[in-house]
Amino acid sequence: MSILVGKQTRLLCQGITGDAGTRHSLACREYGTKLVGGVTPGRGGSDVQGIPVFDTVADAVSATQANATMIFVPPPFAADAVVEAAEAGIPLIVCITEGIPALDEVRMKEAVTRAGARLIGPNCPGVITPGACKVGIMPGYIHKPGKVGLVSRSGTLTYEAVWQLSNRGLGQSTCVGIGGDPVIGTTFLDTLKLFNADPGTDAIMMIGEIGGTAEEEAAAYVKAEVRKPVAGFIAGATAPPGRRMGHAGAIISGGKGTAAEKKAALRAAGILVADSPADMGATMAAAIAKKGKKTSVVVAKPAPAKKAAAKPAPAKKAPATKAPAKKAPAKKAPAKKAPAKPVAKAKKR
Amino acid sequence: MKLHEFQAKALFREAGLPVPRGRAAATADDAAAAFTELGAALGVVKAQIHAGGRGKAGGVKLVRSAAEAKGVADALLGKPLVTKQTGPGGTIVRRLLVEEGLPLDKEFYAAVLLDRRLEAPILMASSQGGMDIEEVAEKDPNAIVRETIDARAGLHGFQARRMAFRLGFPKALVNKAAAVLQGLVRVFLDRDASLVEVNPLVTTKDGRVVCLDGKVVIDDNALYRQTAVAGMRDVDEEDPTERRAKDAGLSYIKLDGNIGCLVNGAGLAMATMDLVKLHGGEPANFLDVGGGATTEQVTNAFQIILEDPAVKGILVNIFGGILRCDVLAEGVIAATKAVGLKVPLVVRLEGTNVDKGRELLRNSGLAIVPATDLTDAAKKIVEAVS
Repeated sequence: MSILVGKQTRLLCQGITGDAGTRHSLACREYGTKLVGGVTPGRGGSDVQGIPVFDTVADAVSATQANATMIFVPPPFAADAVVEAAEAGIPLIVCITEGIPALDEVRMKEAVTRAGARLIGPNCPGVITPGACKVGIMPGYIHKPGKVGLVSRSGTLTYEAVWQLSNRGLGQSTCVGIGGDPVIGTTFLDTLKLFNADPGTDAIMMIGEIGGTAEEEAAAYVKAEVRKPVAGFIAGATAPPGRRMGHAGAIISGGKGTAAEKKAALRAAGILVADSPADMGATMAAAIAKKGKKTSVVVAKPAPAKKAAAKPAPAKKAPATKAPAKKAPAKKAPAKKAPAKPVAKAKKR
Repeated sequence: MKLHEFQAKALFREAGLPVPRGRAAATADDAAAAFTELGAALGVVKAQIHAGGRGKAGGVKLVRSAAEAKGVADALLGKPLVTKQTGPGGTIVRRLLVEEGLPLDKEFYAAVLLDRRLEAPILMASSQGGMDIEEVAEKDPNAIVRETIDARAGLHGFQARRMAFRLGFPKALVNKAAAVLQGLVRVFLDRDASLVEVNPLVTTKDGRVVCLDGKVVIDDNALYRQTAVAGMRDVDEEDPTERRAKDAGLSYIKLDGNIGCLVNGAGLAMATMDLVKLHGGEPANFLDVGGGATTEQVTNAFQIILEDPAVKGILVNIFGGILRCDVLAEGVIAATKAVGLKVPLVVRLEGTNVDKGRELLRNSGLAIVPATDLTDAAKKIVEAVS
């Protein structure tokens, strides 16, 4: 099981004839995603390496029964593309585009909500259910099927977290990049609710950063509702206030939105927080171990990783959680540094 | 993108909002002429820099004659003004705003900004004008009133009136105040602003409501369609290195440490700074080369980092997704050959085409220290600079 995307997903790509659109459409198809069509106004009737291209999303939907779309349209036209998808009845819209004006984001979110659709992003890497469906720009091969649900505001930092999880034999149910802009379609809170209800997700990792209060709102929900183990990391402890750190939404304003505040809120909700980005995987493992035997999270089968790890994960259906709970660190981030051979250590736990 | 006060007021004036009469001047003689043109008994000379706290720092002076205006202008122009927002070096004053002085009665505060939690613009105001709003928020949070803005329709009339009443505007001025509040929201929406702030918004003894100050920040992502406003960019106010990085499509912020960081992705770049600090080092910068960086961009990034004399070592941390490790490696090699590498360089590569990238670095003949993972990378660079 998983959330948002899976074998049932029939994907469109809006902006498929652009450089990025073409490249990532083909990579998604190669990963196994059912990419059923693309949309570029004026290019209807052509195809991109066998993928049919349509003039409008409505045309594409009626011809292909698409139920999801990913958007690579340039910023000036991206909000329009999102609204077009929502109006065409597509229930899941993943917007990769970075650099959309904030007021466009406000208006497009209103339109998406009115249409009853779900928007992921914008300015995000996308969503992947390992082994089943990749919708976005993330490198597919670092992921492994499993039971950790991952949600993050970042792109490459998410890959780093996935890499650490996979190296420990902690596969993922679904990884969701929610995007780094101030106004996004789906928040931490929304995603946590989905993971909490998903029987295929046994543990949750959330990766936040400075700016806003979305992490704090998510933490309050975790405290009240989530019984699955949750681990977290917050980027930007060293960021100076008042400066936008790359992401439009990553800014400490009026002394609010600091990493220290967010970490404190997460810890107060019982979430294990890694202080070092090198310990994200270890912290997830510790959170799982702390919750005891009820969860079995380790990847079921060795990942098909080609060049993924120096040593391919030899996970033999042995859940890491069989390790005695008392070995897990109590409250603080785990003492273990990211090991050079994480797989071996993961087995020891 | 920040605007100067005189630019913000030009936008206000265009939108029909009441602002004091006046104009900008770049020389002392012109400042004197501007005062004479006003034909007013009392004038105000205001330093135009992208930082608040100008009044307390001596950047705003009342004048009563052209000669006095010239004298004040002479004292301000070409010299750094140090306010609580500029940093210790201050900012050079290159322009002044010369305005008529008004018979002030009461002062208010009004701002339009994006509320991230509500995912909508809000109008925020208080009757304690002239004060720092963050101070008001701390001491007397009930003094701040808010209205949520419909991003399509703007601020509704009833909302504007409701706010004017709550702020305690005199009955006779409520409609005028409401019109000003609606106008500020219009400016915010029409100009793609991320902030429109008036502090103070005043009532005068002769029964007017006037925007005495104006601060406007424009959403960088919208500059492509705000061409008139985009032309107001003042590069003199930007850090030269940050400006160069921006023009090269890089996201760079100068910090106080000595370890230069080159990373792909904003989140990973922040995390890398945190990592360096955790291991006892101090990052010299935030630098995100972006998701799809080219060899040229990586070269630019390297040059920008190496131009900082404080940099005693460089940490490259790349998780290749869109940016392939071999492209990054080629960029690193090209850059080090072009600019000459005199400080230790630790490179941690992971992700797409990592083997090819590592091989390129190994065979480059350059003194590059490879790192196996994040902790290893941080330890090696901190050790190398200490």
